Amino acid sequence: MLKQMEGSRAVAEAVALCRPEVICAYPISPQTHIVEALGEMVKDGSLTNSEFINVESEFAAMSVAIGASAAGARSYTATASQGLLYMVEAVYNASGLGLPIVMTVANRAIGAPINIWNDHSDALSQRDSGWLQLFAETNQEALDLHIQAFRLAEELSLPIMVCMDGFILTHAYERVDMPTQEQVDAYLPPYSPRQVLDPAEPVSIGAMVGPEAFMEVRYLAHAKQMEALTLIPAYAAEFKAVFGRDSGGLLHTYSTEDAETIIIAMGSVLGTIKDVIDEMRQGDNGGHKIGVLGITCFRPFPLAGVAAALQHCKRFVVLEKSLAIGIGGIVATNVRMAVTGMGLKGYTVIAGLGGRAITKKSLHAVFRKAEMDNIDPVTFLDLDWKVVNNQLEREKAHRKSGPVAEALLRDVGVVAARNY
Amino acid sequence: MDKPFAITLDPGSSLANLTGSWRTLRPEYVDRLPPCNAACPAGENIQGWLFHAESGNYEKAWRSLVENNPMPAIMGRVCYHPCEGACNREQVDSAVGINSVERFLGDEANKHGWQFAPAAPPTGRRVLVVGSGPAGLSAAYHLTRMGHQAVIYEAGPLAGGMLRFGIPKYRLPREVLDAEIKRLTDFGVEIQLQTKVTNVLEAMKDGFDAVFLGVGAHIAKRAYIPAGDACKVLDAVAVLRDMEGESAPLLGRKVVVYGGGNTALDVARTAKRLGAEEAIIVYRRTREKMPAHHFEVEEALQEGISIKWLTTIKEAGMSEDGGDIMVEKMALDDKGFPQPTGEFERIEANSVVLALGQDADLSLLDNVPGLVVNKGMIEIDAGMMTGHPGVFAGGDMAGNERTVTVAVGHGKLAARAIDSWLRGETWVPPPRHELATFERMNPWYYSDAPKTMRPVLDIIRRQSTFDEVLGGLDETNALFEARRCMSCGNCFECDNCYGVCPDNAVIKLGPGKRFKFNLDYCKGCGICATECPCGAIKMVPEGN
Amino acid sequence: MSFQPVKFYQTGTFTVGNRLLPPEERSVQSSDKRFNSINSGHRACQGCGEALGARYAIDAAMEATNGQVIAANATGCLEVFSTPYPETSWQIPWIHSLFGNTAAVATGIAAALKVKGQTQTRVVAQGGDGGTTDIGFGCLSGMFERNDDVLYICYDNGGYMNTGVQRSSATPSAARTSTTPAVGSAPGNVFGQGKFLPAIALAHDIPYVATATVADLRDLEAKVRRAMEIRGARYIHILVPCPLGWGTAAHDTIRMARLAKETGTFPVFEAEYGEIKSVLAIRHPLPVEDYLKPQKRYAHLFGKQPKVDVIAHLQAQADRNIKRYGLLEQGTR
Repeated sequence: MLKQMEGSRAVAEAVALCRPEVICAYPISPQTHIVEALGEMVKDGSLTNSEFINVESEFAAMSVAIGASAAGARSYTATASQGLLYMVEAVYNASGLGLPIVMTVANRAIGAPINIWNDHSDALSQRDSGWLQLFAETNQEALDLHIQAFRLAEELSLPIMVCMDGFILTHAYERVDMPTQEQVDAYLPPYSPRQVLDPAEPVSIGAMVGPEAFMEVRYLAHAKQMEALTLIPAYAAEFKAVFGRDSGGLLHTYSTEDAETIIIAMGSVLGTIKDVIDEMRQGDNGGHKIGVLGITCFRPFPLAGVAAALQHCKRFVVLEKSLAIGIGGIVATNVRMAVTGMGLKGYTVIAGLGGRAITKKSLHAVFRKAEMDNIDPVTFLDLDWKVVNNQLEREKAHRKSGPVAEALLRDVGVVAARNY
Repeated sequence: MDKPFAITLDPGSSLANLTGSWRTLRPEYVDRLPPCNAACPAGENIQGWLFHAESGNYEKAWRSLVENNPMPAIMGRVCYHPCEGACNREQVDSAVGINSVERFLGDEANKHGWQFAPAAPPTGRRVLVVGSGPAGLSAAYHLTRMGHQAVIYEAGPLAGGMLRFGIPKYRLPREVLDAEIKRLTDFGVEIQLQTKVTNVLEAMKDGFDAVFLGVGAHIAKRAYIPAGDACKVLDAVAVLRDMEGESAPLLGRKVVVYGGGNTALDVARTAKRLGAEEAIIVYRRTREKMPAHHFEVEEALQEGISIKWLTTIKEAGMSEDGGDIMVEKMALDDKGFPQPTGEFERIEANSVVLALGQDADLSLLDNVPGLVVNKGMIEIDAGMMTGHPGVFAGGDMAGNERTVTVAVGHGKLAARAIDSWLRGETWVPPPRHELATFERMNPWYYSDAPKTMRPVLDIIRRQSTFDEVLGGLDETNALFEARRCMSCGNCFECDNCYGVCPDNAVIKLGPGKRFKFNLDYCKGCGICATECPCGAIKMVPEGN
Repeated sequence: MSFQPVKFYQTGTFTVGNRLLPPEERSVQSSDKRFNSINSGHRACQGCGEALGARYAIDAAMEATNGQVIAANATGCLEVFSTPYPETSWQIPWIHSLFGNTAAVATGIAAALKVKGQTQTRVVAQGGDGGTTDIGFGCLSGMFERNDDVLYICYDNGGYMNTGVQRSSATPSAARTSTTPAVGSAPGNVFGQGKFLPAIALAHDIPYVATATVADLRDLEAKVRRAMEIRGARYIHILVPCPLGWGTAAHDTIRMARLAKETGTFPVFEAEYGEIKSVLAIRHPLPVEDYLKPQKRYAHLFGKQPKVDVIAHLQAQADRNIKRYGLLEQGTR
C-alpha cells in the first residue's frame, strides 16, 4: 500500500511487520522516532507478542538484545552516533556470539565536537565488528532492507546493521509502498535460532577461547560473511518476487555501461549523484560518459561485484560521508582493494561530514574536474580553506591556540569574537 | 542444535579436566575415640548406642549397649557417669545426659521385656564366678555370651552384692535390680545362693576350668572411738545390709554418720528416711576434699542432712546423760591435712554410724599359690588374672576405684581374658583410636541445646519414703538428650563434607555407608576437614 | 528430588544434612540428587568460595524451579574458571556476554521468555563484585528500576581477583589489594569509600533483596527459594571468601565467611520492597580482630605495633552494621 510518511515511521512499521519479539529502546537522535513509533505500537496493542524495553543506555540496549536473541527471540534495536559507540563492546559481542540482531543505525556524525547531523562515521567505525552493514538509498529501500535483514541475519546467525542517513531519510516524508503482513510473513519465516538457551537442551554460550582456537573462530566469522555475498543477492531476488520491486542486493549500477568515470557512493546521496549524472549525460552540456555505482552492502564488502562494475571504466571517484583521519577515505580504501591490479585511476572525495550539504553544484564541479583527472587523490568537497588555513596559521604561531572547533566557528562567524 | 565452534560448549564437559592432580594434601576419613567411650570404666560404646537412640530405635540402642554392659537400668541409676565429665559437649553448653538416656533404655527394656540376643554355641567350658555383685554378674554374663557355662556362687541370701546390700532403695529400686538379674539368669547365668566359698581351689574342683573372684569389700573399716552404752556405734555396711532384712535398723532420733564418702551420705539419707529427726555427717576434712560425689552431697543437704566439716569424733555416749558425742574441730595444715585444734563440742546422738570404708574378705584365698595380696587387695595383671593361673579377680577386691561401673568393666575384661586363657591364648586389648578431642571438632554446627534436667522427687517424699529420688526421662526428652550427642570423632553422615566441597568431590554412598572422596577432582583444599563438625576427616600429605 | 534419610543427626544442627527438618526445609546440597549446576573439573582455586556459593545458589534455584533456570554470567573468575574452551562446568543453559552487561542480558532473556510464554523458566544473572558494583552497576540499576523478572546474584569476594586482586568498590576499608598496596601513611584501601550494594538495591524498592554467606547454607538456600517465589527484580548478595585475594588458608573459606557474619562485618538480612524483614542474628559475637587476623590482606594492621586506631575504625564499622541491622536480635521485624 502506498503511503506518505516519515522515514522513521516507515521503518518502524516495516520492523513491526517483521514481528519483532523484543525491542530495546534508548533515545538518541536521529533514530528516536523509530523506537517511539514501535513503543507506541506495542503499548496500544497494534504490535502484539512483543516486549518493548526502555533501557538505561545503548550498552544495555544491545545487551538486552543479546540476551533476548540468545533466548530465541527476534530482537531489534536502533541507535546512532555516540549511542553506537557506547554499545561497541556489546556490538562486537553480538556478532562474536552469532546472534542475529537487527539494528537500525540512523547515521550521524561522531563527536567531539558533538554534532547531530548525518554522515557515515558512526556505522563505518563498526565496519570490522563482524556485523553485516546494509546502506539504504531511499526510505523505501530502508523499509525493504529491514525485512530482508531479519531473514538474512537469522539465516546466517549474524547481526545486521541497516544504515540510513539521519534526518535526510529518517525525518523525510516520502511516499513508500508499505507491504502487507501477508507479504512479509510469506517472505520472512519465524525465527528458528541456530543456538538457544533452553533448559531442555542446556549449552554454555560464550566460552573463553584461547590461542588454540581463536583464529579459527575468527576465520569462521569471516567465512560466514563471505557466504552472505551469495545469499544477499538471492534474498533480494526473492524479495522482488514477493514484493515486486528491486531492493537490497550488494550494489547497484546506474548508467555505467559506457561510463569512463564511475562515481561510487552509499546512502541517500546516491539520489543527488544520479540527478547530477543525468544532467551531465543529458541537456545542453551533456554527453559525459559518467555513471554511478551504489554500494548497498558494505559488509561483507562485494570485492568481485565492485571490480566487475568498474572493469570497463577509466577512473572511479569514491564520494563518501566518512573520513579515515590520517589516510583519507574508508569506502575508498575498500574499493581500491577491489580494483587491485586493474590500473584504474581512483579519487576519494570526502563530502557531507557532520551534515554539510552536498549540492548538485558542487558535485557537477568536482565530477567534471575528476573526469579531467584534475582533482587531488583525496579531495574535501566544499571545504572552507580560508577557515582551515587561518587555524593552521594560528596553530603554527601559538602552540596553545585554544579549542579548534570554537576557533573555527568564530572564523565562520557563528560565535562572536571575544578577545580577538 | 547447530552449535557454533568453540564459543558454545556441551554441558558439564569439564569432567574431562581432572583437577585432582592439583592436590598436595589428601583428605581421609578417620574414626576417633569419643571421650565418653574413653572415660567409661565399663567400656561402653556410648556414642554407638546413642547413635541408635537418636533415631528413636531404642531396642537397637539397648542391644548395642548390652554388648558391653548387661545392666543399663541399674547403671542408669547408680553410675557416677565419668562419661559425662569427659563429654566434649560440656565445652559447648553442657554434657550430654548419657546416664539418663542409659536409664531410659534400661527401663524401656524392662518395660518391654527385651531379652539378650542368643549366646554363642556352648564351648563345654565351665567358669566359677564367686560373688554376684556387679563384677560377678558382668563376668558371668559375658562368659555366657561367649558360650561358656558360668556359675555364680553367692554367699548371701539374694543376688546383687553391694547393689542390693550397699545402695539404698531410693537410688536403686529393688524391682529394677531384680529385673536385670532375672534377665541374666533367664539368659543362662546360674546363681547358687548361700553358697559361700571358703577355699577357692577346693571350689574349682566342682568341674570348673577357671574362676573369677568378685567377692567385693564388705568388711567395714573401724576407728577406735571410746563409747558408752547410751550411744550405739554401728558400721555403715551393716546398716545398709540390714535395710534389706526383715526389720530396719534402730538408729534413734539423732544419728551421726562418720565419714565423707558416698556411703556416709547413703547412711545419713537412709537414717532420715527411717524417721531420724536429725542426721549429721561428721567429716574431718573440708567439703572440697569429700570423696562423695558433689550431686549426692547436694541432694543430701536438700533433704535436711547437716554436715560438719573439719570435725572428728573423739568419744560417743561417754557423758553423764550419755545421749551425745564429743567432737573436735580440725584445721587444715599447709599440706592440706586436718590437724586437731583442741576445740571440742558436744552433739546429741542416739547412734554413731561409721562409714570409713570397707575391706575385702580374702580368707577364701588362703593357701592359693602364686597369689599376691597387697594392702588388702589382690594383685592382677592387665588381663585381670591373679598370680595363680586360671584365677581371675575384679571389682572392689581388685581395684582402688570401687564403683559399680568399674566392677562391671572388670567383669567384662575378665570374661574376655578368661575366654582367651581357656583357648590357651593371652588376651590383648584391642588398639584404641586416637582420642577425639574438642580441638579437632567444629562446634559451630551444633546449636545450643542445654541438657534436659531429670525430674526430682519432691522434698517431703524424699525425707519420709524410700521412693526413687531421681526420675527418668520420658521418651521425648530422652530422644532430645540423645540427639545432643556430637558424635565426636566419628562420621554421623551429616552431609557437611558432601555439601561444602567446592569441587563436588565427595561421593555420598548412601545411608549408613558414609562417604568417599572423588580423588579425580578433589583439589585438597581441606574445607571438608575444617568444616567436619565431629573431626572425622584429616588431611594427609599426598604421596605418603 | 529425594533425600537420603540421615541415620544420625543432632538437634537443630547447622550441618548440611539434618533429617529433623521437614523435607521442604532440608538443604538442597544434602541431596544425592542435587543438580551440581556447576560440575567438577572447573578451574577455580583450591577452596574457592565463589565456586561453592555459585553451586549453592544455582542448585537452590534449580530445585525451586524444577530445573528451569537460565543463567547469564558476567566476565570474571566464575566465568573464566567454569568455561574455558573446550570444556564447561555448567550443566544449565548459560551465557556469558560481557563484564558489565549481565543484568541487561538477563533482562533480554527474561523478555524473550515472557514473549514466548515460557514463564516457567526463570532467569538468574550472576557476577562478582567488580561486575556488579562497578562496571555492571548501570545495567543492574536499570534492571532493578524496570523491575525486570531477573534474580541477580552477586558473589562478593571484595575485589578483582581474576585479574590479580585489584580493588573494587566492594573492597573493604584497609584491605590490601594490588591497587591499594599496604604502603605509605594509610596502607590498604581507603576508609569512607566503597559501596554496599544491597543497600542501593533496597533503595530501588525492588521486591526482594537479601544478603547471605557461604557459611550459612540453609539461610542462603531459603533466600534463593524465596527469591524464586517472587516475580520481578530480585537481588542476592553473597559473601564468598577468596583464599587468594584475602590471603587465607584454602580450608578456611567457610570459616572466614562465618567470622565476617559473626563479627558484624557482613550483615546478613533480607528485605522486601525496600523494607528489611529479617536478619540472621549473630550467634556468638566476636571482635573484628578475630576476622581480620587470619587474613594476609590485613596483615599490615598486626605488625609489631598493631594499628589499633585502624582496627578500632573497622570495629566501629562492624558496630554500625550491628546497630543498623539489629544483628544481635534474631528474627523477623
